[in-house]
Parts: sequence; structure tokens; C-alpha cells
Amino acid sequence: MAVEQTRIIFKHIDVEGYTNDIDCYERHGGYAELKKAVGMEPDAICAEVMESGVRGRGGAGFPAGMKWKFLDRKSGKPIYLVCNADESEPGTFKDRQIIHKDPHQLIEGMMITAYAIRAKLAFIYIRGEFFEGARILERAIEEARAKNYLGDNILGSGYSCDIIVHRGAGAYICGEETGLIESLEGKRPYPRIKPPYFPAALGLYQCPTIVNNVETLCDVKHIMNMGGKAFAEIGTPGNTGTRIWCVSGHVRKPGYYEFPCAALTLGELIYDVCGGLLPGRSLKAVIPGGSSSKILRADERFKGKLRDGTEFDWGINDIPMDFDSLSAVGSMSGSGGVIVMDDTTDIVEALANINYFYAHESCGQCTPCREGVQWMKKVTYRMCNGAAREEDVELLRSIAGQIEGRTICAFGEAAAWPVQSFLAKFNDEFVAKAKAQAARNASGEAVETTLI
Amino acid sequence: MNLKSESLAKIDSLIPRYPEKRSAVLPLLHLIQEEHGWISNEAIEWVAAKLELQPINVYEVVTFYPMFKQKPGGKYAVKVCRTLSCALGGAYKTCKSFQEALGCEVDGTSEDGLASIEFVECHANCGKAPVVMIDEHMYEGVDENAARKLVEAMRAGEIKPARED
Repeated sequence: MAVEQTRIIFKHIDVEGYTNDIDCYERHGGYAELKKAVGMEPDAICAEVMESGVRGRGGAGFPAGMKWKFLDRKSGKPIYLVCNADESEPGTFKDRQIIHKDPHQLIEGMMITAYAIRAKLAFIYIRGEFFEGARILERAIEEARAKNYLGDNILGSGYSCDIIVHRGAGAYICGEETGLIESLEGKRPYPRIKPPYFPAALGLYQCPTIVNNVETLCDVKHIMNMGGKAFAEIGTPGNTGTRIWCVSGHVRKPGYYEFPCAALTLGELIYDVCGGLLPGRSLKAVIPGGSSSKILRADERFKGKLRDGTEFDWGINDIPMDFDSLSAVGSMSGSGGVIVMDDTTDIVEALANINYFYAHESCGQCTPCREGVQWMKKVTYRMCNGAAREEDVELLRSIAGQIEGRTICAFGEAAAWPVQSFLAKFNDEFVAKAKAQAARNASGEAVETTLI
Repeated sequence: MNLKSESLAKIDSLIPRYPEKRSAVLPLLHLIQEEHGWISNEAIEWVAAKLELQPINVYEVVTFYPMFKQKPGGKYAVKVCRTLSCALGGAYKTCKSFQEALGCEVDGTSEDGLASIEFVECHANCGKAPVVMIDEHMYEGVDENAARKLVEAMRAGEIKPARED
């Protein structure tokens, strides 16, 4: 059975003849929701978003309506809206499509949100490497300004708000919302400690701030269109709306696919949607939600209880693709980046590759992370190049355990979880690799690697 | 500081858009790097003075963010993504091919000054692995052969460099 996509956010992406200018967007009904929104009470829009149950698409999956509700409206300080377009979780490439191919959808979602939360000014924090994306957004903003969809007295509503496109400069930690805020203030992006620095109370310039992911802000437009109740009917309770799964690695048809939450299983995604694996290969492991999420082993059995009490007993192919199911099997749906690895993958090298990433990206603020992540990189590197030591597997486990929970931001967990899950599930391969490489090293034989 | 008049005009219109001047540090550095190719100490001091900051406030930003370069590179900047999805697609081989064709190592510049090579982390295009950026342009599915061809194209001047020196 072929599984059909339900494209809401990606409705126009890659459709022939659809262009990223405002005329095309308006021809397809664009900005109708903003027109509707400015005729409503801001609180009524917030209530719709709350009812929709939409959870943040950036990684943490926190309900957006709740986030908005935490805004400190009594401080009298200006409120800011920031769109997190830093898209940098390895394996994720959905926001890029929206920015390049349908930028007005994001702008409309942002202006509805800005109006609903009464933001004084909005920012799009876009990763520095999206040169073209930033130019497209700048142009789209000018088009929208010319038609009074942003700027002063938007559509005669008396409400004014502008959007500033702000480019990052190649640092992963800017995807963490308080790091992003520091970066937007012109500083090193050192994440802030929470409490007290919850952005909704003390965010940008110490003012109440909402930071939402690109996809989440697009969802707001569609919630406006269909109403919170109808949106909540897509997917399952607690996992509402659609998600864009970005599939990369060893599948025949890597790409981005939009489905209602829980509409398909991981197996259907890999085999029916992505055309399966390459000929003669078998599945070894999947990282389901960006490189920070815990790895799933192909021959594992996942047993336990869901939040609603139902018991489950799944193989990897049976796992429903939604927030709660992936968290129930000990991983997470994260940013929707599904990385598939077949039996040709050297799992130790794969972890060495991931460790290299986190060591490069640790901001250096907290000692356990700054020192520990570098150390884990060094250990997995020597496991691959023949200089492994017998105690290395235990050492890795110990370092990861001492990072987790001991840092200001979740980067510590993001770096520790891959190590912990790879070791828990592929312990034998790590032990064997360390031994084999040590023997090769002793014999003077050259060591070849492909992933590091 | 030697900057084109349109860059100076852009800088002056950009700063007042931010509620606080300091927020303009990154955009100013981007503008300068796009024109000069790198960020000199002179540039750091100039940005600091422009935004009423101490030079250290700008210096600590330049040294933190990987995109800011503190020394000039080649005419072209070749940026090979090495993160997991691209590595699974053969990014390390791709990089090796660039190294051989250009005769330089990662983080180095070819002797003729044509191109610098660097590894970069995930560029959010994992479905088209391995991906490579040359200056501001993205190339998808770059295998060893495609890498050699890209070097030939740079040599022949068929790829427009980001800056005309």
C-alpha cells in the first residue's frame, strides 16, 4: 500500500510553475489568513493556537500555544518575535525549502503570530550559510511591505510591525533559543541559564520574547485557516498537525515528506515512501530526529507503555512517526531529521563523525561539555585510526555520563545521547573495533576510514 | 577603512533598524567580509568604533563564529560538508578529490591562490549528499569526479567568484 503524503506546509513546494514571489503567493490564496487575523482579537488567535495543540517543530516539541501563554505581558516592556531559521541539526533540511521556495508563507505566519502576541518587532535569525535564502527573504519582505502586509498600520488595523532578517555565522549553538538571543544581541552565543532567563520573560534585550521554528510559524497560518479545532484533528491527540520528515543516508529516495503525525510508521517511511534501501543491503540503524536523538537498532524490540497507558511491542519498522511514540522508544522526533544507515555502515566511525561535530560546535561555556565533548571526539577518533585502548568503551560511557545534566543548555545532552545510545546498542562493535584497530596498528598496516 | 560607498550606505541604514546598536555586529562583519574576503584587526576596530563598543567585544565575536576568517584565503572558498549524512554519501572521498586536484590540505589554500578548502558542518541539504559550497553557491551530489570537474571549472574561470579583486 502506498502511503500518500498530506502536504499542508509543503503544498506548493516543488509544484511546477509555483514561484516564490508575492504575486504567485497571492494567486494561491496567500495573505488571506493575515487579513482574517487582523480583524480578530489577538487573544482569540492565541486561543486557536492553544486549541490546535501544535508542538514546536524545532526539536523540543513544546506546545507553541503554551509558550505564548508564558509571555510576560505585565512588564510593560516591548515584546519581540524571533523566527529560528538557524536550521542546523544534522539531518534536517525542511526550513531551507520553505525559505527558498515559499518565503511568503513564513512571513504570513510570522505576521499573524506577531499580531497575536503584540510584538513590537520581529526577526528572522537565519543561518549564515543560507546566502541565497537571506536574499530571498529580504526581497519577499519588501514585496510584503509594498502591499502593507507588514510595516506601519498593517492593512489598516492600527498595528505596526517590521521583520529584520539577521544572518548567523556558522555556529550550531545559535539554534538554542537563548544562544540565538545572545547572538542577535551581537555577542558570542553563550546560552543563558533557565531560570531566570526564559525568553518569554527575559529574552531579547531582557524583554519578553517568543522564539519559534520556521515550520511552527507556518503552522500558525494554517491554524488560522482551518481553526485550532480542525488542526487538532490532524494526527493524534497530543501529536497534532503534520510533520515534515527529512530522510537522508542510505535510502533510494532521500528527501522531505510531509505526513500527519502518526500517519505512518518508520518502516513505511523508509520502504514505501523512500523506496527502501539500496540493492542487497539490510537496515542497520536509524537516527530518527536529527543527530542528537538516540539511535535505534534495526533488530531491537521496543516494549513499554505509551502516555495513555496502552502497551506496545514494536520492531523498528512498526514505530509510528510522531512525538510520543519516538519518545516512548527512548529516542525523539526532534527536528524531523531521519538518518538511515545500512549494513555497510561502520558504527564506530559514524559515532566518531557525530562526536567531531559536537566537539566543533560546543560553545565552551560549561566545563563538562567543553572538555568532555572534545575528549569523546579524541577517544572515538583513536578507536578508528588504530590507537584505541582497551578501556576506551568504559571511558566514553563515563565521560558522556558526566556531561549529561551538568550543563547550562541541552547541548550537553545532545552530545552525550549519541554516545550513550551507540554504546548501549552496539557495545560489541565498539569493543571489537578497538581490538582490531589496535592489532592493525601494531602490525603497521594502514588504517582506512570512510566517515571520519 | 576602505569600503565601497554602497556598503557604507548600507551600514548606516542598517544600524538604526536595531533597538540596540550592538546587534549590528554580525551584519557589519558580514558586509566587510563579503567585500574584503576576511576580517582584519583594522576592521574589528572600525566596527567597534562604529557601534560604540570596545574592540574586544567585536574580536570575541570574530573568533567564535566559524564563518569569519581572520586571514585571506584563495580566490574561491571550497566548503565540503563532512557531517554524518554527507559522510555516508562519500563526503570524505569528495574532499580528498578536491585536495588532490588543488594540491592542498583541508584548511589550506592551493599554491596558485585559486582556492581554499575547508570542512564545514551540516549545511541543511542532507538529502542531496554530499554537498559542497563554493563561495555562496551550493553544489549537490558532488562525488569524486564532480569535485575534479569543479576544480577545472574554477581554473577555467567558469565559476563566478564571490569577489572581484
